[in-house]
Amino acid sequence: MNFNDLSSARPDLAFIAHWVPKNAHVLDVGCGDGVMMDYLQSDKQCSGYGIEIADDKVLDSTKRGVRVIQQDMEKGLALFGDDSFDTVLCLSSLQMMKHVEPLLRDIVRVGKEAIVSFPNFAYWPHRVALLKGRMPVSESLPYEWYDTPNVRCATITDFRDLAEECGLEVIECVALAEGQRVSFLPNLRGDLAVFRLRKKASH
Amino acid sequence: MHFAQPLALQSGASLRDYMLMYETYGTLNADKSNAVLVCHALNASHHVAGEYEGQPKSQGWWDNMVGPGKSLDTDKFFVIGINNLGSCFGSTGPMHVNPATGKPYGAAFPVVTVEDWVNAQARLADALGITQFAAVMGGSLGGMQALAWSIMYPDRLRHCVVIASTAKLSAQNIAFNDVARQAILSDPDYHGGDFYEHGVVPKNGLRVARMVGHITYLSDDDMAEKFGRKLRAVADNPAEAGDYKFGFGVDFEIESYLRYQGDKFSEYFDANTYLLITKALDYFDPARAHGGDLAKTLSGTKARFFLASFTTDWRFSPERSQEIVQALIRNRRQVTYAEIDAPHGHDAFLLEDPRYMKLVRAYYDQVWNDINEKAAA
Repeated sequence: MNFNDLSSARPDLAFIAHWVPKNAHVLDVGCGDGVMMDYLQSDKQCSGYGIEIADDKVLDSTKRGVRVIQQDMEKGLALFGDDSFDTVLCLSSLQMMKHVEPLLRDIVRVGKEAIVSFPNFAYWPHRVALLKGRMPVSESLPYEWYDTPNVRCATITDFRDLAEECGLEVIECVALAEGQRVSFLPNLRGDLAVFRLRKKASH
Repeated sequence: MHFAQPLALQSGASLRDYMLMYETYGTLNADKSNAVLVCHALNASHHVAGEYEGQPKSQGWWDNMVGPGKSLDTDKFFVIGINNLGSCFGSTGPMHVNPATGKPYGAAFPVVTVEDWVNAQARLADALGITQFAAVMGGSLGGMQALAWSIMYPDRLRHCVVIASTAKLSAQNIAFNDVARQAILSDPDYHGGDFYEHGVVPKNGLRVARMVGHITYLSDDDMAEKFGRKLRAVADNPAEAGDYKFGFGVDFEIESYLRYQGDKFSEYFDANTYLLITKALDYFDPARAHGGDLAKTLSGTKARFFLASFTTDWRFSPERSQEIVQALIRNRRQVTYAEIDAPHGHDAFLLEDPRYMKLVRAYYDQVWNDINEKAAA
């Protein structure tokens, strides 16, 4: 898979891929159909694994030649040693976790660097929906309140607080709208929040 | 195939010469890169797939997995099934004549280990001119052999496929094996292993051994669903459920089923083989030589790995596979791991489950691409 294929299939992933260095050892937590690892392996000579729980996605990833470990990421990353990856990705998955904080701590434990993305709940159409007295349903949050797998709703500002709480340094924080970077009023105009994080240097 | 060169065994003993039975399926390609070795578990043989001509019900033990167009596709791969030493399906075993005494080996057949089997399998590979397998594959005890291959002969396999297996038995596993062995050893018809010359078979011992073993292959839920507390039907009226008989005969369906399995098994299986194979299971612990450090044990491996476990398998539970996966990850080996949510316990590895079969197929497609890319390079 090349960059153009990735850009047209998943512009958000194409943006994030720039942050992953060539030859990096990568863990993709919640790798889905494996499209990101597939791209990173074939275009950036990365190695590593995806983690996924759904049978059909484990199959899709395997068909793409991605090394996938089937497990519930809610159970943490005990299989992996400290700092064993250059980059750990957790893309559009964290909001589905019941135990966000322990997983986030585990992600930065096993990775020298982490990239986390999640739907930004403060995206303006969501605010408008709430003002109208309704839970937001949009392209980035396409579920009704009663059937959504997204059990954690956060905004860019909220996540910054959690990162601080967990002792993480925010290397970069970007809001994307339809895969394009939003610089002006990001917490209002971005539908996807992307954080690049690492552990703060200990003293 | 007969081997005249003695085989040194882990125990220090050796086999002077021996026979290995094997079957092949598909065609070995010109550069001999498409061979897949399939290793068997406790009670299976070299007859992995297909039926023998004119013998209905002679289906191979992994026929749902291996064959033309199947997950391990014999239209692409050259698959070898091999019967291990000490077994009772044609390869040299305790029922064969010991050249040193002129009598059947019996209990004098040397205790063989997984590593001994792998060494013997490697000699067969040599004889067939296969320097590197596309994959070595097995389930349960067969998976142990595949794992041992990756450690002992790292350059001789490109992929290692380990299903429902473990890097070592637990105390509970060993305990069940010993109950089975005691059943055989305490059967008066066992005659210290020399029952052949007495013209008898320790059927009762074998039967109990199989019954105990069989319980460990099934999950509690599966057994509950299949049998529950159902009572055996009245003999002359299968429609009518029986009642308690207030004796020690068969009351429950599960008793009837286990006894039937035990009877069937005791008619075709050899008691000495059962002892030998359960010992091979117990002894398998490749990390033992590395102070129990499995990651260190696997540090010399070069293969890519595929592992699968089944959620209801309590004999070799998913945690046992996860230990192997973790050790491989520590070594940055390429590994794919599936945990299949199947209800059938340990037996699931032999059963048809579309998720399992599709995934193995997808993995073998990758193996196929790999050997073709290597050939093109």
